[in-house]
Amino acid sequence: MTTPLAPDHTTQLKMGAALHLLAQSGHSLPDLKAVGSTVWLQAVIDSLCDLSSRDPLTGLANRRQFEVALSREIDRVARAGEPALVLMVDIDRFKLVNDTYGHSAGDLVIQFVAHTLLDCVRPMDTVARFGGEEFAVILPNCAPAFGQTVAERIRRRVEAGVIPLPVQGSTSITISLGGAYAPQWVRSSAPLWIERADRQLYRAKSEGRNRACLEQPPISMVSSEEKGLLFGTSQFQDIPPPP
Amino acid sequence: MSSLPPSPATEAASPPKRRARICAITSGKGGVGKTFLSANLAAALARQGERVLVLDADLGLANLDVVLNLFPKITLHDVFTGKAQLEQAILPAPGGFSVLLAGSGLVEYSRLTPEVREQLQHIIDTVAPRFDRILIDTGAGISEVVLYAVSLADEVVVVATPEPTSLTDAYATIKVLATQQQRSAISLVVNQVSRSGEGRAIRAQLQLVVDRFVTPALTEPGVTFKLELLGEIPSDTAVRMAIQKRQLLLEVLPGSAAAKGVMAVAAKMIGG
Repeated sequence: MTTPLAPDHTTQLKMGAALHLLAQSGHSLPDLKAVGSTVWLQAVIDSLCDLSSRDPLTGLANRRQFEVALSREIDRVARAGEPALVLMVDIDRFKLVNDTYGHSAGDLVIQFVAHTLLDCVRPMDTVARFGGEEFAVILPNCAPAFGQTVAERIRRRVEAGVIPLPVQGSTSITISLGGAYAPQWVRSSAPLWIERADRQLYRAKSEGRNRACLEQPPISMVSSEEKGLLFGTSQFQDIPPPP
Repeated sequence: MSSLPPSPATEAASPPKRRARICAITSGKGGVGKTFLSANLAAALARQGERVLVLDADLGLANLDVVLNLFPKITLHDVFTGKAQLEQAILPAPGGFSVLLAGSGLVEYSRLTPEVREQLQHIIDTVAPRFDRILIDTGAGISEVVLYAVSLADEVVVVATPEPTSLTDAYATIKVLATQQQRSAISLVVNQVSRSGEGRAIRAQLQLVVDRFVTPALTEPGVTFKLELLGEIPSDTAVRMAIQKRQLLLEVLPGSAAAKGVMAVAAKMIGG
């Protein structure tokens, strides 16, 4: 019996590119003496997995990893019914930062937002760079009463932050947040859930930016208007049977 | 167990798995005839040849046992606590169907814990292949246990009476189910109607309020919500008589107006 991964003259593993990639991204592998061993190969695989699930600029989960986490959360909500919140976060007038201070300043701003986001949420939450200047946060088991508080805390922390610029001076930025809860006990879909949060983000932007808008949880109370219509003037008038 | 309908041995050989249609019977307000309807509807469906199980999911204050005059030693409580096997808790009921009773020791389960969820889901999954239809008799109110029990069902029947309090609670239930569980159709049974056609009028009125206040709030645009009248059951002294005798209306007074109403609901359920 041969180990399929054992590098020998017939099945030479071409590891050069992978190792180069890992070295460049700052991943350290175990003791070189163990090169080719199962432990060493596992470390290479783990490092490559890690590399492919992170955003290089911020170290946050990348879009791919975010989608994995989101679908896992959808399964959990459908099964356990616990409330889960997704926040979409977008840096306000980010283009202006790039245009005014250059792209390296833009990178610093993105990194600042990433660190602030990580700082404001629990370890169990997933913070991801969704793309460009947009971030996404998954908050499992987040009661509807706390959603707005969390979003507001993130918004305030970003607003209060001072970001030192590469050459000189500093800048401050704001973010807009949109949030939506997964429907409890129901299997949602990732695109639908994100879209609902995105709709709230759009609302936050159109209401003037630097704010957090969360989809209102469904109301189970019956308003007096509803009662009025239910017992209204046309109350239970006989309807002719269908022909 | 002998109380179970025989599980066909050929089932394993024939891949397309048949699974019971699961129907939750709920109401919002208590005391509108939910348990009465569950028991008699099960009997009516059984008469049409269906293998029916009534699952008493009124975990806090169950009374299906009282309606059926069944006081078994083994209940869902024993299954939950691991003292008995699920098979032992499934009993034959007088109307030719099976029941899974909650028992009275389940007050601690009136809160929805992960264990309760797991257990209920597991029970449904286990028994579903052996029946044609499972009726889940939920508790009153819109508690999380009720909502969870309803979430396990393929279809929902809301029971209401013409009383304003019942209608308000029925409406609140429909609203929550439409918005939280994204149900696009719910069936309505109006119990204790005083005149023929009252059920139809009530359905129309509820639909009107739903169209006005619930449909615009639905998260998925373009989805409309349809409330369907499954039937109306006339107010009938025969019901009280049967309940006092602790017997099924369909057994003791099958010719009564209310029994005919239940039979019509069953027929519509089967006919679709």
